[in-house]
Amino acid sequence: MSVTKASPDETSPAATPAAGAPLQWLARAMKPMALALVVPLLLLAFWHIATTNRWTRLIPTPADTAEYMVDFAVGGIYDDAFSGTLLTHLLASMSRVYGGFALAALVALPLGILIGRVATARMVLDPFFQLMRPIPVTAWLPLSMILFGLGARSAFALVFLGAFYPILLNTIFGVKNVDGKLFEAASMLGCRGKAQFYRVVLPAALPSIFTGLRLGLGLAWFVIVVGEMTGVPQGLGAVIMDGRTLSRTELVICGMIVIGVAGFISDRIILAIGNYLLRWSPNHHG
Amino acid sequence: MADASPPILQIKDVCKDFVLQGQPIHALSNASLTIHKGEFVCLIGASGCGKSTLLRIVAGFETPTSGEALMWGMPIMEPDPRRGMVFQDYALFPWLTVRDNIAFGPRAARRPKAEIRDTCERFIDMVGLRRFADAYPHQLSGGMRQRVAIARVLANDAEVVLMDEPFGALDAMTRERLQEELLDIWRRTKLTVIFVTHSIEEAIYLGGRIVVMTPGPGRIESDNEVTLPRPRDVSSPEFNDVRRMLSARLHSHHAPKVA
Ligand SMILES: Nc1ncnc2c1ncn2[C@@H]1O[C@H](COP(=O)(O)OP(=O)(O)O)[C@@H](O)[C@H]1O
Ligand SMILES: [Mg+2]
Repeated sequence: MSVTKASPDETSPAATPAAGAPLQWLARAMKPMALALVVPLLLLAFWHIATTNRWTRLIPTPADTAEYMVDFAVGGIYDDAFSGTLLTHLLASMSRVYGGFALAALVALPLGILIGRVATARMVLDPFFQLMRPIPVTAWLPLSMILFGLGARSAFALVFLGAFYPILLNTIFGVKNVDGKLFEAASMLGCRGKAQFYRVVLPAALPSIFTGLRLGLGLAWFVIVVGEMTGVPQGLGAVIMDGRTLSRTELVICGMIVIGVAGFISDRIILAIGNYLLRWSPNHHG
Repeated sequence: MADASPPILQIKDVCKDFVLQGQPIHALSNASLTIHKGEFVCLIGASGCGKSTLLRIVAGFETPTSGEALMWGMPIMEPDPRRGMVFQDYALFPWLTVRDNIAFGPRAARRPKAEIRDTCERFIDMVGLRRFADAYPHQLSGGMRQRVAIARVLANDAEVVLMDEPFGALDAMTRERLQEELLDIWRRTKLTVIFVTHSIEEAIYLGGRIVVMTPGPGRIESDNEVTLPRPRDVSSPEFNDVRRMLSARLHSHHAPKVA
């Protein structure tokens, strides 16, 4: 079975300040951030040069986009249908992302534990999920619209599907691959049978389960645009779709930026939670 | 040893066969051994001669193909906290701190909270890990990890400690110190220890009895009492005599077998 694993992570929380050298410490703490900004700034510069020199007329300049972003966020510049609506759309998308993700976790975690630990369940369910898994979320779009209609429920269902498989597969992997020695250690210490599930299987599987949750949440953000193509009035996907139909590229770009930033922050938060819960694991940063 | 007391462990004509890719493997053939409370027994032998298999049968991880293993006269059916195992690769719970690893057994036994706390602190001190009580296993050196593994077995009131090449992965200095500490703990408690090693020196340094095993099929070649006074001097001529004698026994299976 192939299981996607998150790469070992790049950032670690800043070290405690060394006594007597606060400035030096600040410089050291800022360095990763400065390095991380190199590529985005180069891209921004290229975008600026390309658009101000009119290599393309189809894309607005960064300055125009920034201005539009401000209007999108707080209004007061263009005062059109999208002015000051960022928060509404963001909240609509977030509720679908987190709702679909939470539901996916609620279903995939117990199911994964069952498939990973119970041979009969594995034989019945595993082939089915292996068969369904290669079908991309986008391919579910038409069927989802038929089943759930045009609107929020369809978007919700697609986000659910997107987040479901990484959580399921990593949970199965985690509970199935517990080091056999740990069961022997637990049983010679007097923890036998069902008690081992809570005291050995679950904690041992936690790193994999967490990897699944992180990938699942990432994918939930990934499919939100597709999910909101199903004709919902609100949501960042809807904004992007509207921007396309209205040929308003700056709207499309603003929507993309907001999704990117929201997804990034969301990933940092789940990563921080994971780093705390998995501080015992040498493969995770503490 | 007081021969009047009933034996804590009895291994009677134990055979163990494994099947590997359709081929039967006789891991252990007619092994018999009687061990009394408080003995320190070392098992030595080349790899593959069934030392781990014998230990795992005593632990209750494996059942004999024929014959039986008894503790206080009762057949050993499954793992039991009275027989603690110390693995070569530690097998600590990586998600638990040193303190919580040691508390694992007492918690599984649902002892009162205050008692668990006292027991933990006592054994943390016994193995000298006070400063590392809140560290996780991956933050410890190999020697410290093995100290935790020993402490968690002792905290569980084990009567028998089964050790499968416990110091095999440690550097020489750490190994010597842990050997000292183990002897010290053994003297102070009334533990019965079965200690598997492939080092003759280690066996002579530690053991009151040394059981020599030979492969193909795994069997007990001889059972030797070591009467050298402790602490034993590794460089003494007496130590060397025992070493030579055991070395000869270890290689005895190369001689033509008597049918
Ligand atoms: N679970 C197992 N399945 C198949 N063969 C095994 C198993 N455990 C041990 N053996 C075999 O039994 C023999 C004795 O193994 P072991 O007791 O581990 O020896 P030692 O600990 O003395 O090195 C070896 O030939 C080994 O390959
Ligand atoms: Mg072995």
